[in-house]
Amino acid sequence: MPKTYSNRNDADRVVELLKESANRLAGRVIKVMEVCGTHTVTAQAAGVHKLLPANVKLLSGPGCPVCVTPAGFIDQVIKLALEENVHVMTYGDMIRVPGVNDSLDDARRRGAKVSVVYSVNDALERARKNPDQRVLFLGIGFETTAPATAYAIKTAQKESLKNFLVLSAHKTIIPAMEALLEDPETAVDGFLAPGHVSVIIGSGAYEPLMKRYQQPCVVAGFDGTQMLMGLVRILLQIIAEKPAVENVYQSRVNREGNRSARELIEEVFAPAGSVWRGLGEIPQSGLVIRPEFGEFDAGKVFDLPQPEDHDRPGCRCGDVLKGIITPDDCPLFAKACKPSTPIGACMVSREGSCSAYYKYRNAGVEI
Amino acid sequence: MSNEIKLAHGGGGILMQELIRENIVPALKSKSLMELADSARLDVDNISLAFTMDGFVVDPLIFPGGDIGRLAVCGTINDLAARGARPLALSLGLIIEEGLCLEIFRQIMDSVARTAREADVEVVTGDTKVVERGSASGIFITTSGVGQMRRDMDFGPDRIAAGDVVIINGYIGDHGIAVMSLREGISFVSTVKSDVAPLAEMVGKVLDMCGPAVKCMKDPTRGGLAANLNEIARKVGILLEEDKIPVRNQVRGACELLGLDVLSVANEGKMLFVVSEKEAQKALEALNNHPLGRDAAIIGRVDDKAGLVRLKTSIGGERIIDTPYGEELPRIC
Repeated sequence: MPKTYSNRNDADRVVELLKESANRLAGRVIKVMEVCGTHTVTAQAAGVHKLLPANVKLLSGPGCPVCVTPAGFIDQVIKLALEENVHVMTYGDMIRVPGVNDSLDDARRRGAKVSVVYSVNDALERARKNPDQRVLFLGIGFETTAPATAYAIKTAQKESLKNFLVLSAHKTIIPAMEALLEDPETAVDGFLAPGHVSVIIGSGAYEPLMKRYQQPCVVAGFDGTQMLMGLVRILLQIIAEKPAVENVYQSRVNREGNRSARELIEEVFAPAGSVWRGLGEIPQSGLVIRPEFGEFDAGKVFDLPQPEDHDRPGCRCGDVLKGIITPDDCPLFAKACKPSTPIGACMVSREGSCSAYYKYRNAGVEI
Repeated sequence: MSNEIKLAHGGGGILMQELIRENIVPALKSKSLMELADSARLDVDNISLAFTMDGFVVDPLIFPGGDIGRLAVCGTINDLAARGARPLALSLGLIIEEGLCLEIFRQIMDSVARTAREADVEVVTGDTKVVERGSASGIFITTSGVGQMRRDMDFGPDRIAAGDVVIINGYIGDHGIAVMSLREGISFVSTVKSDVAPLAEMVGKVLDMCGPAVKCMKDPTRGGLAANLNEIARKVGILLEEDKIPVRNQVRGACELLGLDVLSVANEGKMLFVVSEKEAQKALEALNNHPLGRDAAIIGRVDDKAGLVRLKTSIGGERIIDTPYGEELPRIC
C-alpha cells in the first residue's frame, strides 16, 4: 500500500523549507493549482492549508472527473435507463450528481436500474451473466480509469458480448491544463500535477506545454508531505526563475509513464473535443470510442449528440474549477449549496473542491 | 428535506439527525427522546433503569468476526453500557424472509445465545414474524434491553469540560471495513475482522476504577467517531491527534481505496470515554487490563472551541472533523 501518513519529522522539515522559500518571495503572492481532485481532498484531509505560509495559496483545478462531467451527460444516461431499460453501472459519486433536474439516484428511486461498481469488471460480469439485460458502463475519469474501460471494451469484443455498452465521458488532463493557461482569467504560478494520472502518462507528458508557457510543474503523490515537497520545488523554481517539470513521486512515476496502458487507450479511443462542466468545450480533451469498437459505444448505438452543459443560475463551479475563486467566494456556498442539497457538481463529488472545503473546514469556518 | 426517504437517511449522519429531529421527536414529544441519548433513563422508586432498543438489517448476515445475531445482542448491550448500566434482560424480535435457510437461522440463534452468555444477560422475551420473499433480506432483528444504572451516576455531554481527555478502547473502523470488504470483494483486507463485542463488563471495570470522573461515554457505531464526537461537542470543542488514533494498516488502506474517512466508519465493539484529566491514566489502565481494551489509547482532548471537532493531522496540520452527511454505504448493522 502507498504510505499515506508520513513521518512527522519529515513533514516538519518540509514545512520549514517551505517557509524559508516563501520568505524569499516575500511581497509576492504565489498561487499554485493542484489539478487533481485527490490532491484537493488530501490537502484538506491532511490539513495542508493550515501549514501554508501567508503568501502561498493552493487552488483547486478541474481534476475531479465527476465535477467536470456536464449535466447533459447525466440526463442522457437517465433517459437511457428509464426509456431503453439499460442497467447503468457507474463509479459511486456519479449517482448523486444532478443533471438538469434529476440525478441517477432520483432515477433509481423512480425504478431505473442503477448500480455502483468499484471496477468495470463488475459491469462485464453482469453482462456475461445476464445476456438479456443491456449493461451500460459510464466511462468517467482521466488517464487513470480510461485504460480499464479500454480493456473492458476489448474484452467484450473478444468474447462477442452483445449486451455490454460504454458511454464515454473520459477526458485527458493536458488539454485542460492548456485551456487554463490560455484563459486570461486564470492566473496561476505553477501546477502540482497528479500522481495517479502521471503513472500512466509520465512526467514527460507535461514538458512541451510547460516549456511553451514557462510554468513550473511538479508531479506529487497523495499525502500531505508529498504535496508540501511539491510546493517547495515550485517555489524554488520561481526563485531561480527556472520553470521546469519535476517529479517528487519517483517511487511510482517515471518520465515515460506506462506505455502499455497508453497504447490501450490509443487503440480503443480517439481524442475529440469534449464539454467540461463549467469550462465549456475544450478541443482534443475527450476520449471517444473508435469506430472499430462502435457496437459497444452507447453514444453511437443510441445516436446521442455531444452532451450539453447547463450550469444552474448563480452556481460558480466553473470559476472554482479554474481557480479564479475559492469555494467560499461563491454566493451559494454553504447556503443554498450544501452536501445534502448540492447545486453544483463541485459540492457533490467527494473529490470536489466545494465538498472538501465544506467537510474539512466546517462550511468555511476558520479554525 | 425532499419528499421521499432516501437510503442515506439511515446512514447515521446529518440526514438521519434531521429525520429524527424534524419528524420523529416532534410527533412523539417525549422528554427522554429529546435527549437523543443511547438509552433512556427510567426512575422507578430508588432504582434508575436504562432502557434501549436497536434494529439490525446488516447484509451479509454472516461476516468476518461476527454475524447479525451477535451484532443484535452487542448493539443493545453497548447502548446500555454507554449509560453506565449493567444489562438485566434483553428482548429479541425476528422478522424472517420466506426462504431463509434453516441452517443459517440456527447458526444466528446459536450466536445470539453465545453472545448473551458472554455478556451475562438473558433473552427473556421475543417475537417472530415471517414475511413474503422480497419483503426483507434474509432476516431483520430488533433487540431491546433493560439495565440497572449506577446509583447517583449518569453519563452525558453536560459535565464535559475543557481539559478532559478522550479515550478509545482500541482499533477503529474494523467493523465497517470487514463488512464492506466482503460486499465489495476487496480481498486484501480479508484479514480484518469485525470488532463486534459486548462492552458492559469492560465499561463496568472503568467505572469501578474512576467513578464519576468518567463524564460521558458513546459507542461510535454508524457515522463512526466523527458523528459521536460532534454530538458531544455542543458546548465544548474537541481536538483529536491523528497519530494517536489506533487504525490498522489494512483498514487505512481499504479506506483509501473506497474513499472513506476512517473516522466516519462504523465500529461495533468500541466505546469513547471522556474522562477528567486527573483520572485519565487510571481509566486507561483499567481498559488495558481488559481483553477488549488492550489497545486503548488517549486520542484527544476537550477544549473551549465550542461546537468544533478538529484533527491535528500527522503532518502537523489541522482540519475539521465534520458530522458525516449520510453516505449511501451498504447496510452494515
